[in-house]
Amino acid sequence: MTDKTTAPATIDFMADTRPIAEGEAGPGCRKRDPILTVRHVTRRFGGINAVDVDFLEIPRHKITALIGPNGAGKTTLFNLLTGFDQPNSGEWTFDGHPLAGVASYKVARLGMVRTFQLTKVMGKLTVLENMRLGAADQPGERLSAALFKNLWGRREKEITAQAEVLLEKFKLDAKRNDYAASLSGGQRKLLEMARALMARPKLVMLDEPMAGVNPALTQSLLDHIKNLKAEGMTVLFVEHDMQVVRHIADWVVVMAEGKVVAEGPPADVMKDQAVIDAYLGAHHDVDLGDTEGLKELEAELAQDQASVVGTEDEGILGHHIAERDGRRDEAAGGTAGRKDQG
Amino acid sequence: MDFLNILNGALGEIISPTTAAYGLAALGLAVHFGYTGLLNFGQAGFMAMGAYGFAISTLTFNAPFWVAVLVALVCSVVFAFLLGIPTLRLRADYLAIVTIAAAEIARYVVTTNRLTDVTGSAGGLNGFTNGFYALNPFPEGRYDLGFVALSHRDLWVRVTAWALVALCCVLVLLLMRSPWGRVLKGIREDENAVRSLGKNVYAYKMQALVIGGILGTLAGILFTLPRSSVQPANYGTELTFFLWTCLLLGGMATVLGPVLGAMIFWVVLSLTQGLLYGAIESGIITFITTTQAGQLRYIMVGIALMLLMIFRPQGVLGNKRELAFT
Repeated sequence: MTDKTTAPATIDFMADTRPIAEGEAGPGCRKRDPILTVRHVTRRFGGINAVDVDFLEIPRHKITALIGPNGAGKTTLFNLLTGFDQPNSGEWTFDGHPLAGVASYKVARLGMVRTFQLTKVMGKLTVLENMRLGAADQPGERLSAALFKNLWGRREKEITAQAEVLLEKFKLDAKRNDYAASLSGGQRKLLEMARALMARPKLVMLDEPMAGVNPALTQSLLDHIKNLKAEGMTVLFVEHDMQVVRHIADWVVVMAEGKVVAEGPPADVMKDQAVIDAYLGAHHDVDLGDTEGLKELEAELAQDQASVVGTEDEGILGHHIAERDGRRDEAAGGTAGRKDQG
Repeated sequence: MDFLNILNGALGEIISPTTAAYGLAALGLAVHFGYTGLLNFGQAGFMAMGAYGFAISTLTFNAPFWVAVLVALVCSVVFAFLLGIPTLRLRADYLAIVTIAAAEIARYVVTTNRLTDVTGSAGGLNGFTNGFYALNPFPEGRYDLGFVALSHRDLWVRVTAWALVALCCVLVLLLMRSPWGRVLKGIREDENAVRSLGKNVYAYKMQALVIGGILGTLAGILFTLPRSSVQPANYGTELTFFLWTCLLLGGMATVLGPVLGAMIFWVVLSLTQGLLYGAIESGIITFITTTQAGQLRYIMVGIALMLLMIFRPQGVLGNKRELAFT
């Protein structure tokens, strides 16, 4: 944990260690200070219950991770909560505002801003214009004021200054005048996140912020997410990489088949047998970015009969050669085992 | 073959009110498609709103010139709402289908025999431009511009047309440089992303549809003024596609592009006509008639457009950099 980034806020959100849940942690437990409360939200696609969340609260000023296997309904829940899709039933409140049936742009104006799994940047606008587009309260965005620069010029300067600061923070300042379409995938993720921050949201919802981002950028993205919390924002993000979740999340919500199946602090949730079976896999606690961890895993897999793919002499024409190469076969089994986990 | 005459004719096309009308209507398409990403294939419908709104209110209701213009603009806004309300929530291609159908509906309605008293049916309407020419400040006489000589009426139409085009270009340029224009461009790129940033995408698309439609309507009025007649056959789908040709020629997301595109379109048509007719009459070309030559020039415009799309797909004034990422 790098705490050098903690903002000079009056309250230190990074050091707040009070319990998040009111009472015992478990699926649908109440939180001490929820920012978002979801009740009985369901969404059906044909005969499938894509989302069926009975009760869920997202803690304020915390980083909450939403995990679950593919098709668990994580992105659908995101879409429902932000007004991009309509639920079959249910209600939810954000900061006291009931949001059921509220248009997506109004949800964003209330301070609940999201990003998308498939990054959405305006390719043929420059990076700086993308950022400016994220800002709120620009009177020049009204048609009646658009022709009169004196009405919106000052706000435009403020917006530009705010955008420059954010671009510098996200190391995109060198690209400010380039078309967003010329950015790499990781840079687009950064731009999308920076753009979402232009509106100074209360709750930032990130849909797979790390997908397709190279490991070097992942670290800086993680730092950015932790910074959001330090600055007093609440973060809810969907992620598949358990190491990422373990490093930055204060709270983990696990979904499977549309339902919340587990909730709790990351360390506890990852010990939950149901979560392990459904999602994590047997070797979830090994950090593959770490050489020590890799060696440990290989040693462990060497003992594990289930991780060996096929029989020992499968695919080998001469059995007398296979005797000599038997050990290498096990190593191949180990590789397959690792793939299972990803 | 009189080359000087042919060249003069082509130069005359550059400043003709029809070119101005095409440029203005194509500018409307630039607002729709180039800036907002709305696929409007019914710009001829908006032009018909202008022409018929203006002509009917003058002839049937004896409205003065400015009232007639206002009626035409109101018709255009109503037409835009009728098109936009059901379709702007859907994807862009739905709007394309609806607009092409709506423009045809408008044309068939004015061609209906039952409405002959009002719309003139297939024969159209005549003699409704007195109000406009009464405003003419130029004294009667011939005005020599070097390559063409114009009557005071012709001069007045041209001055009005190009002043209107210039005014609309400036307005569109200012709008597109404002934060409002930035939201439109954002919608063109990805409307869901713009929605996620708290902008009411539907309202912006409607505003763009209305503004582009108004430009089309003004163009429709301009188009009728030199002819002093409205013919329903003029407002078919081919008019829309000529306007798209002008837009693509000049450059989609540009302000001067559509106007320049309209000039190129008409100069090319005029030059090819002059050269072909001249060649046929002087016996250089014997295998086609002048009637066939008239059609041949549109084929040549099509070929020119194809070549342009291959070798300069961004149009004459378009930004190559923008196209590199599509």
